[in-house]
Amino acid sequence: MSHGNMNLTLKVWKQKNKNEKGRFETYDAKGISPDMSFLEMFDVVNEQLISSGKEPIAFDHDCREGICGMCSMYINGRPHGPKQGVTTCQLHMRSFKDGDTIVVEPWRSAAFPVIKDLAVDRSSFDRIIAAGGFVSVNTGNAKDANNILINKDDADTAFNAAACIGCGACVAACKNASAMLFVSAKVSQLALLPQGQIEKKARVMNMVKQMDEEGFGNCTNTGACEAECPKSISLENIARMNREYLGANML
Amino acid sequence: MSTKTGFLHSSVGKKIVMGITGLFLISFLIVHVGLNSAIFCNDGGVTFNAGADFMAHNPVIRVMEIVLFGGLIAHIIMSLMLTMENRKARPVGYAMVNGAANSKWYSRSMGILGSLLLIFLVVHLGNFWVPTKMAVMNHEEHNTFEGMKAVFSQWYFVLVYLVGVGGLLFHLLHGFQSAFQSLGLNHKKYTPLIKKIGIWFSIIVCALFAAMPITMHLGLIK
Repeated sequence: MSHGNMNLTLKVWKQKNKNEKGRFETYDAKGISPDMSFLEMFDVVNEQLISSGKEPIAFDHDCREGICGMCSMYINGRPHGPKQGVTTCQLHMRSFKDGDTIVVEPWRSAAFPVIKDLAVDRSSFDRIIAAGGFVSVNTGNAKDANNILINKDDADTAFNAAACIGCGACVAACKNASAMLFVSAKVSQLALLPQGQIEKKARVMNMVKQMDEEGFGNCTNTGACEAECPKSISLENIARMNREYLGANML
Repeated sequence: MSTKTGFLHSSVGKKIVMGITGLFLISFLIVHVGLNSAIFCNDGGVTFNAGADFMAHNPVIRVMEIVLFGGLIAHIIMSLMLTMENRKARPVGYAMVNGAANSKWYSRSMGILGSLLLIFLVVHLGNFWVPTKMAVMNHEEHNTFEGMKAVFSQWYFVLVYLVGVGGLLFHLLHGFQSAFQSLGLNHKKYTPLIKKIGIWFSIIVCALFAAMPITMHLGLIK
């Protein structure tokens, strides 16, 4: 814990595009306030780089309040850095000490090609959702929400699964770059609700097929994904997806 | 394409096969450790040899032996396929990985532990399974207990067996509960129980196995 401003050394992955080989580059981050977020620290460094005519570091960000899932940074060997249950924008510089060297890498997965530096292309997740992460509804007026009664426990479990923001930290944390936690959260949130039951067989089959086609790895049940998930998505979802998949194949 | 082929080609399907074969191999361990514990009767191997003789000649056990090898081979082939896919899934690795922050080392080392077990298994089958098979084929009497004493009289075999059992311990510590998860058996009430049983099962089975070469080498089993 530091209180005064800090001077840090950053080792950041620089990569021009998907096809070029990347390398680490070292930057000095001077006068960093402990109250800054990790992304604000990058803003300061980039301002300095721009004003001295150098190329800034490319990184993804959007909401900066932990709900968009864009700030994919692998910091000192962990997705989103040393704190649990937070995204990079929610990580504050007080988690580091003056004089620290911080290593920042992009998510590393064949299914998440690097666009530039720390920004990766996570559209493989979108294609998995497009393969089955939806409920087909005919057009017409919205029905009253209470027409279909839902068990409170199921509603809560579905809601917890739906908290997934698709940030890809599970893939980044997994030693096999597996997307099982993400896919299982999306399968679960719909399979648990009556509206999602009707298409549940096709959904799990198509989403798992798309997941495999995108080149994600396999699940070894290490639990790293759950431990690193900023939304604490449970491993129970993976078991539920395995169950759904087994059921869809057997019955 | 039939759904069955699709199932075995999918990541989830392969993991389910890993889980089923893993649990099957665990069931074999129970029989194996149970029977071998007969040496602790310390009756000159009479009880143990009776058990070994039954296992060597009972037709049901003969069939199960083939199923067992089938299960073992399926477990190995699936693990190799999964590992190759996993390698491809991350072509550029991280410069810095803090795995200890989010998972147990042995859960991340199942492939290495499994390879260690396979090497151990080759030595182990050479020590006991091959001589027993030879004796059965040649219609000779075979004293497995004396064979055990001969092997474990050598310190380096004791060491090899202890390393093998150590590998088994950590493979089981992760594998037992992981198999249930792969099969989709995760429940708020029962999963903590499965995990606890898995830990105790691994420790007890491996302690019994480890005690065999040690006690025999020290001459405690006569």
